Amino acid sequence: MALDTDLVQDQNHWGGGSRPLEARYGKLMMWFFLLSDALTFSGFLTAYGLMRFKYESTWPIAENVFTHFPGLEGDQPLLYVALMTFILIMSSVTMVLAVNAGEKMNRKAVTNWMLWTIVGGFIFVGSQAWEWYHFIMGDSGAIETSRQEILHVYNAEGERLSFSQLVHGMEEGHASNHGETFSKAEVLSSLEKNKDYYMKEPGKLGEAFSHQQSLDFLASGDVVQGANMIHNEYGRKQFANFFFFITGFHGFHVFSGVIINFIIFYNVLLGTYERRGHYRMVEKVGLYWHFVDLVWVFVFTFFYLV
Amino acid sequence: MAEQVGTWWIWKVFWILLIITGVEVILGIIKPEFLLGAFLGTSILNIIFIILTLVKAGYIVQIFMHVKYEKKALKYALYLPSLILIPYLTFILLTEGTYLFT
Repeated sequence: MALDTDLVQDQNHWGGGSRPLEARYGKLMMWFFLLSDALTFSGFLTAYGLMRFKYESTWPIAENVFTHFPGLEGDQPLLYVALMTFILIMSSVTMVLAVNAGEKMNRKAVTNWMLWTIVGGFIFVGSQAWEWYHFIMGDSGAIETSRQEILHVYNAEGERLSFSQLVHGMEEGHASNHGETFSKAEVLSSLEKNKDYYMKEPGKLGEAFSHQQSLDFLASGDVVQGANMIHNEYGRKQFANFFFFITGFHGFHVFSGVIINFIIFYNVLLGTYERRGHYRMVEKVGLYWHFVDLVWVFVFTFFYLV
Repeated sequence: MAEQVGTWWIWKVFWILLIITGVEVILGIIKPEFLLGAFLGTSILNIIFIILTLVKAGYIVQIFMHVKYEKKALKYALYLPSLILIPYLTFILLTEGTYLFT
């Protein structure tokens, strides 16, 4: 039996109208776009891996960089990014629910779930902006030597000190610089006073330098606070560059995804797909949205966890 | 296209993704000492992270993006290029890239 039907289908191939992939044009094109986009992102992430392997010993440890959580004081490694991941997974779930409701031609449910998806996307983009803000503003400050290497200040107990702690003292509330700018002269004179303070490179195997060496490094170098494409206080400048580039490119995808979602949502409200008789547009935009979530899963692992 | 009844299968995948992410975050915060040994050029913990990530990616692609229920030809059209080219690129960059040291 099976053979017979195969044969019949085979004959029809030459008459046109056969659909070997059983997927419509729009969906296929979305898939091929996503495939090329996946290759683009894998190019970025492997380039990141390459640089990281090259500078393995002094590469900044993500947990020491992304430590903020809104409303909480002190070190909160991974918590914020875990929340962002949760938001994106959640909005992916509401997207599947929208697609599912679309297959059943349930306009009210599609409207509802699309709206939640858009809300989730907005919260994610906002969270990313918040994280960028803290990354750019910086936290503890660092010294950049004349050879463009980043050094952090430590006390005799091996605790990393912020410029605020170095200049104003170890009292509570100085663990972060809180946006205060410190001059090279201020930091230098405070470092001279505390003979047991020293400097160390970031990363797992960063080298430590003596007090005198540290003073020399600062005298011939400069202070860095915050991050941009040229300097950053966390370590190698490639770290900040890749952070801006990869999370920025992903954030751009999320942002455009939110806009496309909104256009589709608006059309659902207008009843466009009800008149068309199917909700395949929701399925297509859903693929894009899941892809954004998929990329984030990898960015989360390779940027924040590993 | 196999039709699933109701929405329970969506929530099942949601819980799986959530639990895997939770495990990753907990492992990332405590970083158990016994998992930090060297293994395949990195630590055992990192290998665990990568495996968990691939499991999550699998669920998103297979269930959320519906590939599990597509025709075999479409599955191959999507999986073959990505599963050949991405590991190839990673392999080339991370091994050949060691020349950067010399």
